Amino acid sequence: MNNASQQNAVSRLFERIGKIFFGALEEIGRHGVMLGESLYWLFVGPRLKQPVRVASIFDEMMEIGVRAVPIVAVMTGTIGIMLAIQGIHTLKIFGAESRVVIGISFSMVREFGPLITGILVAGRSGSALAARLGTMKISQEIDALEVMGINPVRYLVVPALLACILMVPALTFFGDIVGLFAGGLFVGLMLDISMAAYIDQTIEILSVDDLMHGLGKSLIFGVLIALIGVLNGFMVKGGAEGVGKATTRAVVQCISALVVTDMLFAFIVTL
Amino acid sequence: METAQKNEDQPEAVIEVRDLVTHYGTRKILNGVSLDIHQGEIMVIMGGSGSGKSTLLRYLMALEKQTSGTISILGKDISKISKQEFFELRKRFGVAFQGGALFSSLTVGENIMLPLYEHTKLDRKTMEIMARMKLEVVNLAGFEDLMPSELSGGMIKRAAVARAIVMDPRILFFDEPSAGLDPVVSSALDDLILTLRDAMGMTIVVVTHELDSAFKIADRITMLDRGDILFIGSVEEIRSHPSERIQNLLNRRAEDETVDPDEYLRRLTGEDTGG
Ligand SMILES: Nc1ncnc2c1ncn2[C@@H]1O[C@H](COP(=O)(O)OP(=O)(O)O)[C@@H](O)[C@H]1O
Ligand SMILES: [Mg+2]
Repeated sequence: MNNASQQNAVSRLFERIGKIFFGALEEIGRHGVMLGESLYWLFVGPRLKQPVRVASIFDEMMEIGVRAVPIVAVMTGTIGIMLAIQGIHTLKIFGAESRVVIGISFSMVREFGPLITGILVAGRSGSALAARLGTMKISQEIDALEVMGINPVRYLVVPALLACILMVPALTFFGDIVGLFAGGLFVGLMLDISMAAYIDQTIEILSVDDLMHGLGKSLIFGVLIALIGVLNGFMVKGGAEGVGKATTRAVVQCISALVVTDMLFAFIVTL
Repeated sequence: METAQKNEDQPEAVIEVRDLVTHYGTRKILNGVSLDIHQGEIMVIMGGSGSGKSTLLRYLMALEKQTSGTISILGKDISKISKQEFFELRKRFGVAFQGGALFSSLTVGENIMLPLYEHTKLDRKTMEIMARMKLEVVNLAGFEDLMPSELSGGMIKRAAVARAIVMDPRILFFDEPSAGLDPVVSSALDDLILTLRDAMGMTIVVVTHELDSAFKIADRITMLDRGDILFIGSVEEIRSHPSERIQNLLNRRAEDETVDPDEYLRRLTGEDTGG
């Protein structure tokens, strides 16, 4: 009796794990399909006389990229200073405070720049995409596009995806510089290193590889944010409540995906 | 149950539906629906709430994939044609959705110009003139620079009609044109539908549960009931139809349903009743 119920529980557990596993596979599959469809419209659309509009790409770049500049500057600057504080504090133990520049440069460019920028864009634009497409779904605007012969993926998804692919790395590069600079200001105050010397050291420490590591990652982040935002929007059911849920879900999924991808990327590239 | 019958002297069918069966998930919504919609007629699809009217319309517009059965539009089986053919076909549809479905980020004028912008090479000036002409048709001249959120319910529906007809479609679909409107506005919308058919020779499919509106505009009426077609025929035919079920539906009499006691018990206990 006890044994049987235990077996039952075990089999239920496996069933649960299986369900979660296949659910996750399905979700990944959906993202792949959406990416494929987007690429199809980007490259084949013009031949079908249904091109992706350059104007709407610029609109999205403005919204996703340019409008995020202030918050990215503030947050990466803060992170730069935080890295400087922690670095100096830790290195003091060895009396090696002057080596703090190494720590700031590597962590900012390889790790914190891409991640913080990605998380900010996820919070601003991943959620906004989900909310916008979700609202359009429940008000039948997506259906209206479809019936008018305007493919929603071409019209709505591709501009956002391209904007993310271009703007997330651009924002990351900008964030790297702001972070490094802010870190430098703090280091200059605390350790009596001139800004010029700090910049020289930073340039010497950082290789193109380091920069590309960060920017390559941020490009993947951009793709993930756009796809996750868009798919959550398209999957909205029900009314306004559904839109709210999709928005929250999009942000949580985006940030989780960024953090996991970050780890996988670091693992694969540095191996 | 009657189905559309083919006579030699009947006009060409613009839309032909045969044995359409559809599901949402596992729930069966339409149980084998067949009907013809002819060139230049106004076909009104009636039925109680939840009877599957909007669903039928979604399949006619090919927004969903059916379980079985065929839908032919302008002579083409829409589940068999290529993507490109389908795209060309859709350019000849116009739809006014129940809530209007205007794009909230575009002005009224931009909403109406969108199909032109996407499907033609006209210059901006010409598109603006065409948009104004269509706004004129629906009595909304001068409103092109407003955002949809600044319009009233009736205006939104009329703007949606203007957008639906901007490409001069062969077939026009309406979902509940009069729902939520006051009688005067709704009657004006009925007149507009009649005008569109008479002036532009469009084939028009209207879903509604408003009896007055249906009788006013319909050439023929399709009566849907829980996913089945009860009746297809002219206004006169449906008015004088002997079936008690149809008269009940028309007069909105509550029905004394004869319910199987077992079925009733299962419904109460919430057990799955199957198909
Ligand atoms: N997207 C959907 N998903 C699941 N069920 C749906 C969906 N749309 C409609 N239904 C169900 O299909 C049935 C018919 O709905 P509908 O065609 O909208 O009815 P009507 O327009 O006649 O009021 C209803 O029971 C409704 O709950
Ligand atoms: Mg309906």
